[in-house]
Amino acid sequence: MSATITKTDNTNFENGIYYPSKVMLDLINLKKVYPTPKGDYVVLENLNLQIMKEEFVTIIGHSGCGKTTMLSMIAGLNSISGGNISVLGNPVKGPGPDRGVIFQSPSLMPWMTALQNVLLGVNQVFPHIPKKQRVDIAKYYLHKVGLDGAFNKKATELSQGMQQRVGIARAFAIKPKVLLLDEPFGMLDSLTRGELQDILIEIWNKEKITAVMITHDVDEAIFLADRVVMMTSGPRAKIGDVLTVDFERPRTRKSVLEHKDYYACRKHLIDFLEH
Amino acid sequence: MKQEITLKKQHSGFAFFKQIASIVKSKFEKDAVSKSLKKTAITIVSILLFLGLWHLGSKALYNKEAAYRIEKALEEQGPAAADAERACIASGESRCQPNTLPSPTQVWASFMSLIADHHLIQAKKDAFNLKMESTNAKLIAQGKKAIVYTGRASFIDIVLTSIKTVFAGFLLALIIAVPIGVIIGLSPSLRSAFNWFIQIFKPVSPVVWYLLVFMIVKTLYIGASSDNAFVISFVSVGLCAMWATLVNTAMGVSSVDKDYINVAKVLKLGTFQKVFKVILPSSLPLIFTGLRITLSVAWMVLIAIELLAQSPGLGLFVWEEFQNGANDSNAKIIVAMFVIGIIGFLLDRLMLTIQQMVSFNKNEGI
Repeated sequence: MSATITKTDNTNFENGIYYPSKVMLDLINLKKVYPTPKGDYVVLENLNLQIMKEEFVTIIGHSGCGKTTMLSMIAGLNSISGGNISVLGNPVKGPGPDRGVIFQSPSLMPWMTALQNVLLGVNQVFPHIPKKQRVDIAKYYLHKVGLDGAFNKKATELSQGMQQRVGIARAFAIKPKVLLLDEPFGMLDSLTRGELQDILIEIWNKEKITAVMITHDVDEAIFLADRVVMMTSGPRAKIGDVLTVDFERPRTRKSVLEHKDYYACRKHLIDFLEH
Repeated sequence: MKQEITLKKQHSGFAFFKQIASIVKSKFEKDAVSKSLKKTAITIVSILLFLGLWHLGSKALYNKEAAYRIEKALEEQGPAAADAERACIASGESRCQPNTLPSPTQVWASFMSLIADHHLIQAKKDAFNLKMESTNAKLIAQGKKAIVYTGRASFIDIVLTSIKTVFAGFLLALIIAVPIGVIIGLSPSLRSAFNWFIQIFKPVSPVVWYLLVFMIVKTLYIGASSDNAFVISFVSVGLCAMWATLVNTAMGVSSVDKDYINVAKVLKLGTFQKVFKVILPSSLPLIFTGLRITLSVAWMVLIAIELLAQSPGLGLFVWEEFQNGANDSNAKIIVAMFVIGIIGFLLDRLMLTIQQMVSFNKNEGI
């Protein structure tokens, strides 16, 4: 490391290694091909996206355009056919706890309690700290998502919304570098969805973990995001347009709805989706 | 809370006891009382109907055979002999009773006599043990084997032998099938390597399994003084019955919900953690479904195998009574039939209860 680098900007240091840019997640010429009997089906092609540290990006696009494919490639759960993905300059080679995932279905282990589900991750990521401290971490995040009374409830005893709260707690508790959310509220009713959006944004305001979230909901996309990424329809989907939402944070639902640019943003997104 | 849940689960398992329990429990719920009363009434009526049909059937068969005997006596020895035969049958003398399907009352009487016989043998055994107590203590002190009672086994002993054999066979099946099932479930290549083996040996008849085990155990036990009928029969039972568990375990392990596997991948769980924290718990319901089938298959094949292996259980009992041809043999066979059925039913309920206790999805009960 050269001595000329000043340590004024701490966010550019990760484990003592200096990164010249603020890019957390870098997708370069990303390509995904599924071989079929009738020849290759190209889902994604020439997809380029840079996501900065502490940025919240939502991804919007038509069903089946490859949003989930892209997200699961970032998570390392899906192989990369071409191009590359890097997290803080390190190419992605398979899944890892530095990229926490909140799945569409809560995916809790039904034979475990809420606490055990969160602990499963915490124990794995922080094996060297005392057990009590790990339990405290898990309890802290369950408290943050409003599940104080449900630590010892089995996952099957919780409602869908409560299960997804545990999913959020589980993802934040392992303190990932990037949080990947695959339509986490898609299966919930609109009231519960609103509640969970508030919870998500509240924790996120505190932790500032770089987040990439897929959604179908235009209002949700604007409410949560610093930038809304619009994907073109497949096959050969790529980034179609990017909308910057520079509303001040912390946001409340009311402040967002009353913001002078809100309807312009909304119109922009809807125009893109209906082009 | 937990107590309440287990209670509920047991209820759904023991539907039979549930009826009785719910009558007691729901004293205040009139609807439930009348519902379960109705259910119980229907059960009782059907049992009575069954007994009535059985009684009529056995009576008809009895009459048919009696008529045939009189006819035969008339043809072979003349009218005097026929009258004597008729009188003999009417007098109820056991020597000339028609040997056919016994009536419910005869079966009940046989059952009671078997129980009485058990008490008799038990008393003899106790007396024997008391008498031999000091001698046995000396023998044991000298490092020799104690002398045990070797008289005839009572019906209850026979039933216990069968239950012991079936549980030993079940445990053997569990010890073999679950680990192998997990291993081949985890690896698709091992699964295809084992597939032919499973497909070929799964449908093999209990009799053939018995012969195979006999070939091997007979050689292994050459020179050994102990009786190997028990070993042969429980090993055969285990080998016959383990396939359901093997197949179900492999299926359960190989078809774990993809979401759970993804969670394990994202958290980078090690193999050990993945198997014991994710894969095994999620396949437990299917493993227990397999074990339940295994236990009922084990009980079914047990009877045939005990008969072949000359193991002193219910199978041998049934066969010996059939060969014996004594007056109450048929009734004893029917007693054994009911005992086999009831024990099989109870074993199945037991497994169902355990299955529902380990099942995390409450709607999954069968």
